[in-house]
Amino acid sequence: MGLAKKIENPFFKEVGEISRFTARFFREATKPKQEWDEFINQCYWIGFKALTLVGITAFIMGLVLTIQSRPTLVEFGAESLLPSMVSVSLVREISPVITALICAGKIGSGIGAELGSMRVTEQIDAMEVSGTNPFKYLVVTRVLAATVMVPVLSSLAIAIGLYGGFLGVNMKGDVSWTLYWHQAYNALIYGDFLPSIIKTIFFGFAIGIVGCYKGYYSQKGTEGVGKSATTAVIVASLMVFILDLIAVQVADILGLT
Amino acid sequence: MDKKPIIQVSNLNKSFGENHVLKDFSLSLYEAENLVILGKSGSGKSVLIKCIIRLIHPDSGEIMVLDHDISELEQDEMDHLRAEVGFLFQSNALYDSMTVRQNLLFPLRKHWTKEERQDHAESAIQEALEDVGLAHTIDMMPVELSGGMRKRIALARTLILKPKVILYDEPTTGLDPITAREISELMNSIQKKYKTAAIIISHDLNCIRMTGNRIIMLIDGKNYAEGTYENLLQNEDPKVKDFFEGL
Ligand SMILES: Nc1ncnc2c1ncn2[C@@H]1O[C@H](COP(=O)(O)OP(=O)(O)O)[C@@H](O)[C@H]1O
Ligand SMILES: [Mg+2]
Repeated sequence: MGLAKKIENPFFKEVGEISRFTARFFREATKPKQEWDEFINQCYWIGFKALTLVGITAFIMGLVLTIQSRPTLVEFGAESLLPSMVSVSLVREISPVITALICAGKIGSGIGAELGSMRVTEQIDAMEVSGTNPFKYLVVTRVLAATVMVPVLSSLAIAIGLYGGFLGVNMKGDVSWTLYWHQAYNALIYGDFLPSIIKTIFFGFAIGIVGCYKGYYSQKGTEGVGKSATTAVIVASLMVFILDLIAVQVADILGLT
Repeated sequence: MDKKPIIQVSNLNKSFGENHVLKDFSLSLYEAENLVILGKSGSGKSVLIKCIIRLIHPDSGEIMVLDHDISELEQDEMDHLRAEVGFLFQSNALYDSMTVRQNLLFPLRKHWTKEERQDHAESAIQEALEDVGLAHTIDMMPVELSGGMRKRIALARTLILKPKVILYDEPTTGLDPITAREISELMNSIQKKYKTAAIIISHDLNCIRMTGNRIIMLIDGKNYAEGTYENLLQNEDPKVKDFFEGL
């Protein structure tokens, strides 16, 4: 009785359902005949939807991070480390997480609402009836597109954030363009980039899976669609933080910190 | 009638949890026939026709479509069979991110080769749109269309594969009486032109009288009564009488 009740717990039920959905994703994704056109469409759509917001946020983050860190570094007489510090923070943590959160908000909810409304207006059934596997056409393409595009967006966010950092450095101090980039680059090692990229691949995958899962099994009715979109954002954001926590532990164990 | 049925449903059962929707339901559909299914809202009419196209898997019972037992078909074989069975969804189910042309093109993805699509798709789309009288909407988006127009486009999308049978889920529900009448007339002209058989789910008396050759009453999950419209009006069974008085 006690155990049965625990299994009935909606949280565990949800974890189970999402795991099953993920397993189905791998099953369907490895079947032959990929929907490349739709995949490319989705990549464009994700880039188009998130790029402006990611860019603006990354620039501001780079700028603010620099301004806020300066007093502490000055106190230790390490002002010259400012460019290095900014670039390491941007690459390791700020860009991946900010990009993922923005994508959870825009892409996760967008996919949740889109597939949710396709579900309640029977468009998913119509695809199935017309001989196109809707899981493959809708879910596999969107999950793959998110998995590819979140790392791309995060890399862009790093570059744009560094421009923000350059502005921040020069607001009070005076660091030449070449010196700034030289310092920012030199601070970075392979061990900073690799975990950052791998982390964002997982973030993108999680955002795609959660958005698709919520939309694909949307409840009937228009409020069902709204609910799919909202819960997709909440669950995807939570997943991003949990994965971030796991990533930092793994990187630590592998000696990449 | 000694003709062979093109769809035969025998002893179909389907429950959702405690909700026993279909209980030993049976029907036969013959060539060039329009069979109407009448039943209260929530009685399982949509579930029934979704079982026929294998969108829903029944708990037990047998469904024969064009001499195939659909429970035994592989996915790919089922997809080919589905090309012969058009389905008009109650909500039309038009892909709202696509134009009318792309909507009509979609079913061809599976069933036509790339060359066939390049050479013949455009004329097939034109013909299907002309059948429903909406050739000028080819580049429009579904949101730009009225309810009646959307129903027609949805019908054109099922016609493009030239099905032998069409399953209509409440084709006139939610339309104004004049548009509803036009849709019923359209259903008749489609049947004349392509010699299709149809299962029509409807509450609309006008539509039933105009299109139906035979009626099955779905009550309590069963094939409760069956006959022509006139037959059923004479039926003394209280549940049947209740139903017609309620319409
Ligand atoms: N996917 C489903 N899950 C659970 N219950 C369902 C599902 N589809 C239909 N039902 C239930 O089956 C019954 C019949 O539904 P339906 O066939 O849509 O009715 P209608 O005759 O109005 O078309 C309803 O009680 C409905 O709640
Ligand atoms: Mg229905």
